[in-house]
Amino acid sequence: MSYVLEIINVTKKFGEHKAVDAVSFNVEDGGFFSILGGSGCGKTTLLRMISGFEEVTEGELLVRGVSMNGIPPEKRPVNIVFQNLALFPMMNVERNVAFGLQRRKLPRNEVRTRVAEMLERVGLLGFEKKKVTELSGGQRQRVAIARSLVLRPSILLLDEPLGALDRKLREHMKVELKVLQKEIGTTFIYITHDQSEALVMSDRVAVMNEGRFEQIDTPKNLYKNPKTSFVAGFVGESNEFDVVSYNNGVLTTEHGLKIKKSRIDFVPKKLFIRPEAFVLDSPEDLPDVDLVSTKVKTILFDGSNTKISVLIKESNDEVLISFPQNAKFENLQEGDDLQVGIHQDDLKCYRE
Amino acid sequence: MSKRGTFYLLIVPVILWLAVLIVIPHMDMMYRSFRLETDDGAMVYSLSNYLVFFQDQIYWLTFVKTAVYSIGVTVLAFIVTFPVAFYLTKVVKVSYSSFMTLLLLIPIWIGELVTVYGWMILLRDNGVINTFLMNIGLIDSPIEMLFTNFSMTIGLLYMSMLFMIIPMMSALDSMDDSLIEAASDLGASKWTIFRQIVIPYTTPGITSGGIIVFMLVIGDYVAPNILGGKSSLWFTEQIYNKFLESFNWNEGAAFGFLLLVLSSTIVWVALKLSGQKLEKVGS
Repeated sequence: MSYVLEIINVTKKFGEHKAVDAVSFNVEDGGFFSILGGSGCGKTTLLRMISGFEEVTEGELLVRGVSMNGIPPEKRPVNIVFQNLALFPMMNVERNVAFGLQRRKLPRNEVRTRVAEMLERVGLLGFEKKKVTELSGGQRQRVAIARSLVLRPSILLLDEPLGALDRKLREHMKVELKVLQKEIGTTFIYITHDQSEALVMSDRVAVMNEGRFEQIDTPKNLYKNPKTSFVAGFVGESNEFDVVSYNNGVLTTEHGLKIKKSRIDFVPKKLFIRPEAFVLDSPEDLPDVDLVSTKVKTILFDGSNTKISVLIKESNDEVLISFPQNAKFENLQEGDDLQVGIHQDDLKCYRE
Repeated sequence: MSKRGTFYLLIVPVILWLAVLIVIPHMDMMYRSFRLETDDGAMVYSLSNYLVFFQDQIYWLTFVKTAVYSIGVTVLAFIVTFPVAFYLTKVVKVSYSSFMTLLLLIPIWIGELVTVYGWMILLRDNGVINTFLMNIGLIDSPIEMLFTNFSMTIGLLYMSMLFMIIPMMSALDSMDDSLIEAASDLGASKWTIFRQIVIPYTTPGITSGGIIVFMLVIGDYVAPNILGGKSSLWFTEQIYNKFLESFNWNEGAAFGFLLLVLSSTIVWVALKLSGQKLEKVGS
């Protein structure tokens, strides 16, 4: 398997602060790779090192096997779509897209055909002479992507380009970007703090925290089997508990909730349970399922994403539970008693 | 009080100010510029005050020289201040740059006359520069710098630079750094980025700065009069002479209006040639 990007032990220091701390990973050719993390986790610094705007303090960065250390951004086979897109306001759509090709001194005819091809691909044919300031948010987005892709880079870097769009358009662009990536086959590396963007679009996602990668995995694995407590808490919603003891296959949480969990060989400190892991109205005698009695506190209606907040009677812990909108629970009211079941496999335990 | 009443109360001082200090004096000057005292002492309407300018070549030659130098100083002001504006807005830290911008204002606080005398101390034969050059043995006798076109140009440049740098800085400030990075990412060299991205983006600022500098320089009196030599006659000096030496207010007024019309024409032509629109410059 050939890697389009290899990052070997890369560190970036700003003064004494390590923004990126000895990160290593490989990206396979032709994939959609996302780096997911909160603000200040170092993801933007990492992206800027790949694009060449920041120097690597230690380590090595290879694109198609060629070391990029010391090579300036204009000479790297890597292009970037900026967060604010950075379209040139004094040029029209055509000149924006042609800018990079003209820098390579390609013949006029070739520039024209390649620009036209690319504009067709992103659905902007006929917009050549429009000013970029006259375009809608989604169209500007596509100009920015076309402007980079027309250079046929080995890697396209995207720095949260969907952040400024409204929700509806963002949902639409997510799908569009994924389809475009599959069609063109260029490797996309996408930086975001929005887990839904990362999970929907990517083949693989790296979760970053404090300059390090917590886990690199497929979106599904990331969600189902988070390797660290950070990933469990960051990716998707979760109910978090502090565990105080673990004896004879029973976990005891800070506020006294006792819950069965076998097959772990360490003493956990943290316990995470997804909202959808709770089984409403669970039968009494299922194997490996613990029953918990609760009282409904509030119903947070949000269509298919509706949740209820319940108090666990045993410990007074408040937890969020997914609440399907079907006829069975139509009459559930705030203040009602509710028995929920939790399967052992849905209890995610962590050392720290 | 009614809304309308408040409006009038607020607008009256402005109208009074404009009328008494600007409109009325100008109308009086314009009136004078078309008046001529005949040999028998009667005042008549005439164009002869204006015709003098075109008939006597010393006048229009002086104007041409003034205009050429003013354009030159404007271009020089751009060349000298652009790197400074770029450095202050894009390179240096924000906290540092506001302090340095404050330093730029100091010459304005001191006043033109004092800075002009400052330049005299630097440029005269036994001044700082000549003494230094002779002490290190680079020259044997002082270079004549003061009272030449050179010293005049320096004086004009010095007093007008700030008016170039401020609009340019505000234009550069509004430019997102990512535009420069995007251009560089797409393969542009530093020179291409400067020519194709930075300059087009800052053009409105450069144009408005250029207009201010040009108008200030072409209408300046102090620097050409004190720093310029006998050969450095400036058009404003001729207007001054008409009013205060030959007491010919009518010709002086006509020359004043000629300066206004001709310099405005030059600005207009320059805007046309560079494809700029005046409405855009302000923004």
